Amino acid sequence: MHHSIEIKNLTFSYPDGTTALHDVSLSIEPGEKVALVGPNGAGKSTLILHLNGILSGQGFVRVCSLEVIKENLGRIRSCVGLVFQSPEDQLFSPTVFDDVAFGPLYQGLHPAEVLQRVDQALEAVHMLSYKKRVSHHLSMGEKKRIAIATVLSMHPEVLVLDEPTGLLDPRSRRSLIHLLQELPLTMLVSTHDMLLVREIFPRMIVLDEGRVVADGPTQVVMNDTALLEAHGLERP
Amino acid sequence: MHVHFLDPYRSRNSPIHRLNPRIKLVLTVVFILTNTLIPTGAWPVYILLFALIFSVELISELGISFVLKRSSLAIPFVLAALPLILTVPGKTLFILPVGSWTIHASYPGLERFISIAIKSWLSIQAAIVLAASTSFPELLVAMRALRVPRLLVSIFGLMWRYLFVLVDEATRLMRARLARSGQSEIPGAKTGGSILWRARVVGGMAGNLFLRAFERSDRIYMAMVSRGYDGEARTLPLPGIRPAHWVLLIAGLSLLGLLLGFAYLFWG
Repeated sequence: MHHSIEIKNLTFSYPDGTTALHDVSLSIEPGEKVALVGPNGAGKSTLILHLNGILSGQGFVRVCSLEVIKENLGRIRSCVGLVFQSPEDQLFSPTVFDDVAFGPLYQGLHPAEVLQRVDQALEAVHMLSYKKRVSHHLSMGEKKRIAIATVLSMHPEVLVLDEPTGLLDPRSRRSLIHLLQELPLTMLVSTHDMLLVREIFPRMIVLDEGRVVADGPTQVVMNDTALLEAHGLERP
Repeated sequence: MHVHFLDPYRSRNSPIHRLNPRIKLVLTVVFILTNTLIPTGAWPVYILLFALIFSVELISELGISFVLKRSSLAIPFVLAALPLILTVPGKTLFILPVGSWTIHASYPGLERFISIAIKSWLSIQAAIVLAASTSFPELLVAMRALRVPRLLVSIFGLMWRYLFVLVDEATRLMRARLARSGQSEIPGAKTGGSILWRARVVGGMAGNLFLRAFERSDRIYMAMVSRGYDGEARTLPLPGIRPAHWVLLIAGLSLLGLLLGFAYLFWG
């Protein structure tokens, strides 16, 4: 059976010796939207960085039917849209257009195709009118949307977001939630926002100290108050 | 993930590490000054200075290979002195014909170049031992105690503090770029873009980093002002210097003075 994300027995230690991931296994079906929750330092960001081979540990990782090994990294990086926690890191070009066009341009696509993809991606996040703006001067909510557009322009199969609702005011948060609901992509979203989890994600995975401690339907996991408390989380 | 590799400090429990930072700073600066003032071609004095810094390296327990590896940092500066071989007049070493020109390399030029190379190499070793055996905050305190202008010391301190933040930021920017550097499924599309385009992207990143550093400095300043900063860095009074360390300072200074006098007497 074809899985969008398949991880088997993944273990990873940082060079200083701290083990960030310990025997992590999980699989996500195409089109599934899954939340990844856990306290700070649980290994969520480390796990995410394995999905496109920026980090590589011991174990097996397959994304979009491609094993994450050096030869496949080029394909994998355009198939996994990884949106970093801070849009400041994601947006490194002078204008919104340059940033959204980076992925397609890097892939060597035809200029007409690049323009079309930029428009499509900005349209999808409802930011088409911002094309000529300087990313530096946008509000946090706008930056987050543009950050998502920068990966949508690569036509990814999987969207991976790290803390999408952090630092957002209620209105920006609400519009981001609508956006995530609209996008018809496989999603793995790392977050602390339990209300967001309950609202959008039918399935949640709890990570703590580098281990998967729960993986199941959000309704079930969310009702296990003892489990949530044991891992530094709160029921909304 | 944070960057630590920039920090030259290596924690050990050697007498050099325990020595009062003020004394270390003064001795290092005077050692470098002595190095600079020693006349060209005073080879025996160079050997003595080398023996001195070498023994300090041994006592410091940093490892000779650690210091020697780092001392390769001196090479670019030494290269700047290379033209001296060709410009100092004197007995001809060799003649290089370049088209209709001829370039004269001279013995005095070569001698001066080698002297400069040795002096830089010795000086940088002293600086490496100082930086590796003294943590940066200790060095700042030492500078303050030695009446280095306070504003300058504050600037050094802030630079040190935020250097790591900036390196982290640059690392994250590059990681975000890497995450979007993919390959199209269309066969034959040339990945990576043109050199010019890539250069523009890097330029954009550098500009971004500069803007952020600039804005961050504003925010830091505001945070400092909100806590009562008025341009004057205040610190706790410094602990005294142990008598043994005073003795060491005087011994070190006399030794270096003696070497300098000796060098001038015979080669000056």
